[in-house]
Amino acid sequence: MLSLGSGCLWLALGVALYGIGASLYGAGRGGRAWVDSGRRAVYATAGVVLVAFGVLEAAFLRSDFALSVVAGHSSTTTPTFYRATAVWSSQEGSLLLWVTLLGLWSSLMLFLTRRRAREVAPYAAAVLLGFAAFFLSLLVFLENPFDRAQTVVAEGAGLNPLLRHPSMMIHPPMLYSGYTLFAVPFAFAVGALITRRLDAEWIRLTRPFTLAAWLFLGIGVLLGARWSYTELGWGGYWAWDPVENASLMPWLIGTAFLHSVMIQEKRGMLKLWNVSLVLATGVLAILGTFLVRSGILNSIHAFGASTLGVPFLILICGLIAGSVWLVLSRASELRSENRLDSLLSREAVFLLNNLVLVGLCFVIFWGTFFPLISEAVTGSEASVGPPWFNRYIVPLSLVLVLLSGLGPVIAWRRATAANLRRNVARPAAVGVATAVVLVVAGVTGSVGALLMFSLTAFVIATVGQELWRGVRARRAMSSDSLPRALVSLVGRNRRRYGGYTVHVGVAVLFAGVAASSAFQHARDVELQVGQSAKVGGYDVTYLRPTGNLEAASNGRLEKIDLGAVMRIKRDGELVGDLRTKRSFFPSADPTLGPVSRFFEGEATSEVGLRAGLRRDVWSAISPNVRDLRKQVAEGDRVFEGAKALPAEQRELALAEALSGLTRSYAANPPPATFRLIVSPLVSWIWIGALIVFAGGLIALWPPLRRAPRPVAARYAARVARELNRA
Amino acid sequence: MGRTIRHGIMGLVDPARKRKFRFVIALTCALLLASALIYTSFSASSEARSPSQLAAAAKPGQVYELTGKVEPGSISSRGTTHSFRVRDREGQVSVPVSYTGALPDPFRDGREIIVDVRKQGATFVGERDSLITKCPSKFTAEEKT
Repeated sequence: MLSLGSGCLWLALGVALYGIGASLYGAGRGGRAWVDSGRRAVYATAGVVLVAFGVLEAAFLRSDFALSVVAGHSSTTTPTFYRATAVWSSQEGSLLLWVTLLGLWSSLMLFLTRRRAREVAPYAAAVLLGFAAFFLSLLVFLENPFDRAQTVVAEGAGLNPLLRHPSMMIHPPMLYSGYTLFAVPFAFAVGALITRRLDAEWIRLTRPFTLAAWLFLGIGVLLGARWSYTELGWGGYWAWDPVENASLMPWLIGTAFLHSVMIQEKRGMLKLWNVSLVLATGVLAILGTFLVRSGILNSIHAFGASTLGVPFLILICGLIAGSVWLVLSRASELRSENRLDSLLSREAVFLLNNLVLVGLCFVIFWGTFFPLISEAVTGSEASVGPPWFNRYIVPLSLVLVLLSGLGPVIAWRRATAANLRRNVARPAAVGVATAVVLVVAGVTGSVGALLMFSLTAFVIATVGQELWRGVRARRAMSSDSLPRALVSLVGRNRRRYGGYTVHVGVAVLFAGVAASSAFQHARDVELQVGQSAKVGGYDVTYLRPTGNLEAASNGRLEKIDLGAVMRIKRDGELVGDLRTKRSFFPSADPTLGPVSRFFEGEATSEVGLRAGLRRDVWSAISPNVRDLRKQVAEGDRVFEGAKALPAEQRELALAEALSGLTRSYAANPPPATFRLIVSPLVSWIWIGALIVFAGGLIALWPPLRRAPRPVAARYAARVARELNRA
Repeated sequence: MGRTIRHGIMGLVDPARKRKFRFVIALTCALLLASALIYTSFSASSEARSPSQLAAAAKPGQVYELTGKVEPGSISSRGTTHSFRVRDREGQVSVPVSYTGALPDPFRDGREIIVDVRKQGATFVGERDSLITKCPSKFTAEEKT
């Protein structure tokens, strides 16, 4: 099986290289047959890589420790769900996942365009295969997942406990899907530039993939934020960590691109800007992958120094140089067909929205790479923290939300004062009224948050107004019921109303971020059982300790849980109980005693969370295990003398001893330290995200084949009647 | 004066000049904002220092980003305040650190950490919520090399 996996990687690399040659030769002198052969090479590469991925996945599920990557990242005590996900917890496995997804998306795109874009597609295929060949070279020559272990161990190291979270199944594949999907519009943009086919055709062809990339990357980022929110010490849902930032940058530029292409399609403007944006998105997606793997920046996600930094750097430099050359050499053909008529127009609002999004990306880029910039300029490494990011991100986000309300209602080309009055007056009144109500209600602690709430109301009102007008017009034409008219309206203009839904989601998300950042209460306290602490208007009592020993499905000991049940009250009334615990996983260090290795390995906190629409109550425990040291040392000493026992008996005896330890902790608990947080409106971040993704899906959903429309028929009949009358 | 006004009006009327004027204004604004961003990034940053650099020269009150490894056996806690020593990644020099708040899950002896500190007397006091412990997680190429 190992030879099959390794052979697949070599074969895939060979096929990819052949495909590049065939596509380029076909696009030049070779003709259609070579182009088709190059396209089939993409399918073949994807198929062979998929087999390699399947082989690796099977090795993880079977706990085949003959593979060093399995021994290093999985174990027999790792639950099956996490054994499946452990594949991409390794450098090698995650690279293989990257190239597998790239192969699948590339194949889908080239299959769908097999009879279209005949000039552009061969170059796009060559670029996509170029990316695949790069990643396959890394896998074959530097990080081969099918390398055999020097000695086959009986038990693997196991998946890092910090990665044992349901998000591990979906967060990395979503991020990688986003990154790899962005390679598709990048490749077609390169193809369009090389062939000088710079109309909007390549944009139309790749739009579903750009939208899907944006959607998947967004889901990946949000899942990461949600995961981070439920971990102790990961800085809440967002910490401006380099790896978080790396995933946000291509998403922001991708968002700008999705807006500005509308101007190119509608008015033939911003061609140069659009190709620049899509090329930047592709480069940033690779930059994100590079940041995760190179270890050049200090990050909470620091995945260790690796040998991949230099090849990635060469790839990024090549991509930037090639992109700049292509854009500059085609600059004369990228001239706009029209000019901006007025600063009061939808084009101008979209342009401003683009500048804000690029500005956000620049701020994040600068802050992320500041340690390197500072070292290059001053000779000493320095970094900027969340306050610096917030100083720029907050005002830019406010402008962005304002524009997301204005964009849908302002007219194309030139908006008149009457147009603005008609479309903006009511939503603006709703925004101002919201601010007044909030001030009267005493929400005055943060001007930024107050502005964000007001702008959120403005955005919801503009979109509501647009929907209402659309539904009213439809009902006037078709006498449909209200829900039917709404569904019909959205169904016939999916891109438009999907976009509006996204705007509402973004505004709601930002309102959640503003509220939870500005009005959060957090405390670190040490409590004895029965003691209480006050935080954000809640009384939190350490009700009782919990202790538990868990075994894996194969009967081997997996972890020890020590935790607490917390009682939450507000104004004397019971709100509910929270359960929080810390899980201690055994260390693989053979020098440690059988009992102490459970307290010297990795530990993870499981947060107790009571989520609500108004506020979340969050708690995490750090149990005091110092007081158990004496018993742990005693246990080690006893088991040192029990070495002669058969392994099974020793395991049973160890289970009994550890159970006794957890019972002892629960019976005589020492004081424990807790982090307690009360955050308002956090749930609205996730609700906003769901609205955003619902909007993305509406926009992405392919249009239905249109049946004869009763409205059109009725309209035709009316026109005929009118004509007869005339 | 009159000529200036006439030129101004012509400039506003001629679409090409109007566009150029707008472009220059936009570019100036962008440059000003970028300059502010660059200036503040240098003034608001905290310098990264190793324990030996801090031990040799650290100004009281200034915030530094301390990076190093937790010295084995040095961790002690009283309530929510934790005391430990941070040692050079490669070397023996270490400095005492006092940190109040929740410690990240991966924090332990020998682990690589990053924390913003301020010198107070002989101790370096950690800023709230600034301590991050490198996750020894995913890609463990470091162990191979």
